[in-house]
Amino acid sequence: MKSVVCVKVVPKSEEVRVDPETMSLIRDGVRSEINPPDMNALEMALNIKDRYGGQVNILSMGPPSFLPFLQAGVAMGADHIYLLSDLVLAGADTLATTYTLSKGIRRLGDIDLIFCGEESSDGATGQVPSGLAEWLQIRGLFLTTEMELDRNRLTARGRREVASGYQILEVPLPCVVSVKTACNEPRFMDYARKEWAFERERVTIWNAHDIDADPEFIGVEGSPTVVSGLAQAPTRERKRMFLEGSPLEIAGQIAEILQKNS
Amino acid sequence: MTLSLYDARSAADSIWVFLEQDRNSLTEISLELLAKGRQLADQVGWKLGGLILGIRNSELCSEAVAHGADEVWSAEHELLENFTIDAFSTITFEMIMEGKPGVLLFGATPDGRDLAGRLAVRLRTGLNADCTGLRLRPGTGELICDVSGFGGGVLALIEMGDHRPQIATIRPGVFSKTQPDWKRLGELIKFPVLLKAEDIQTRIVKKVSGEGVDLTQVSLIIAGGRGMGGDFGALQKLADILGGEVGATRPPVDDGYIERERQIGQTGVVCSPKIALCCGISGAFHFIVGVEKADIFIAINSDPSAPIFEHADYCVVGDVHTILPLIKEALQTRLAEEI
Repeated sequence: MKSVVCVKVVPKSEEVRVDPETMSLIRDGVRSEINPPDMNALEMALNIKDRYGGQVNILSMGPPSFLPFLQAGVAMGADHIYLLSDLVLAGADTLATTYTLSKGIRRLGDIDLIFCGEESSDGATGQVPSGLAEWLQIRGLFLTTEMELDRNRLTARGRREVASGYQILEVPLPCVVSVKTACNEPRFMDYARKEWAFERERVTIWNAHDIDADPEFIGVEGSPTVVSGLAQAPTRERKRMFLEGSPLEIAGQIAEILQKNS
Repeated sequence: MTLSLYDARSAADSIWVFLEQDRNSLTEISLELLAKGRQLADQVGWKLGGLILGIRNSELCSEAVAHGADEVWSAEHELLENFTIDAFSTITFEMIMEGKPGVLLFGATPDGRDLAGRLAVRLRTGLNADCTGLRLRPGTGELICDVSGFGGGVLALIEMGDHRPQIATIRPGVFSKTQPDWKRLGELIKFPVLLKAEDIQTRIVKKVSGEGVDLTQVSLIIAGGRGMGGDFGALQKLADILGGEVGATRPPVDDGYIERERQIGQTGVVCSPKIALCCGISGAFHFIVGVEKADIFIAINSDPSAPIFEHADYCVVGDVHTILPLIKEALQTRLAEEI
């Protein structure tokens, strides 16, 4: 099985603030991390490798400064990193991002499984897996919590949770698998592997030309959506009334509020 | 620049909503989309269309009209009984290329997201995901979407120029449905379907529904966090008395104390109950985004400086293990007096 895991390096969402004056994101001093849902995707890909053999490639888009984060993924058990790094790729929305990733995957060639996290913690569009499957003209297993391959390695079966229930779907390979956030426990780095993981030979960097990307479809140029403004999300005004009295009295007040309103 | 298959000049003055069904009625999010779509259409004098794909659609079509649709595009075929991306994307794409709507809305549900993501690429147009607000610019018909990022702390206003249709997926529970008007009249457009079994490469091996709980539809949520010490029994007792459901933050779910479907927040369910009672929860942002839409917010925490109190209407500083049994007794007394 030849797999690729699409990984995004994002600012830690709990550290990002909005400057109330300029309405822009304050990124200074904000640390980065692998998008947490992508860690679940990587774990599922490594689990498939453990069970069926093969190789796991990490595919990402961004500057070379992302490499240490991706190399940690190789230390976990992945085999190689492909980083799509080119200024003309920057500013891509969902359409341009999925196009670019699909070109990277085509360049890689002979991929059986493409794993993605459910969504990213910064943009949280959750639309990359389906868009990617469309560009590649293949099927997808979305919001998957568990998966297996058939004996002939021609189809993949995945379980997904839907509103109050679940489904088991089967699609032909190759396919895109989006992995339900928090459905597994990402493994730790294998320290015996660490030195090997951080060797330069584990990394391939491609620019837009290398993946034969059409300039009309990439970066800002290839992105139909435009951010016309930023705002701090509105928060609701709350009473913030601290209830006073003995625990018994407070319990009585809460009981009254609960009963009146249910 | 990427060009969409049709642009603003050739688009019709219409908003379309993709309608999902469950046991032969339209789902809540579908009714919410119809209500919001109706409001936007009225503001700019456009038509509202609903798309229904299934095997027997007549009752669903009437329901869509009663909830505000001017026209319903209905496709009936045995291969449309269950959602498969193969069949649904083919038929909705054909409908879109025939009707050329200016705006196309989906619920941010598993199927809605799957379909919207596929269609946006096939149509070479923009997609705004998980929107919490929508506005239409009169005259140009440009759609402006509110999209939250970084766990909900930042709101981006996003639009897409000349690309049509302007596709958006809408977060469930954000807009309110309206009461049906069964006297409303609408047009039914029966859309011809040419599908063959071999066109469908996605096989549904098993489908189980009716199990578990859907917290998005619950009006009273009693949620517990790390401060419960893994014991959700007291919360369950209160929920049973009041007809509510128990929810949780992520740590107790990760530790296996409670089912994942009950996890509230950024990586769980976003709900909009009438009352949220939050017990032993510190109030991290990732959790708050999942309950901040509650009409009434009550928090119990032993730490007076816990951030959760900034989001609460009624704040109780104290030990949950002491106060919860007292609330239960007080409720039982009140209910006994009522009888």
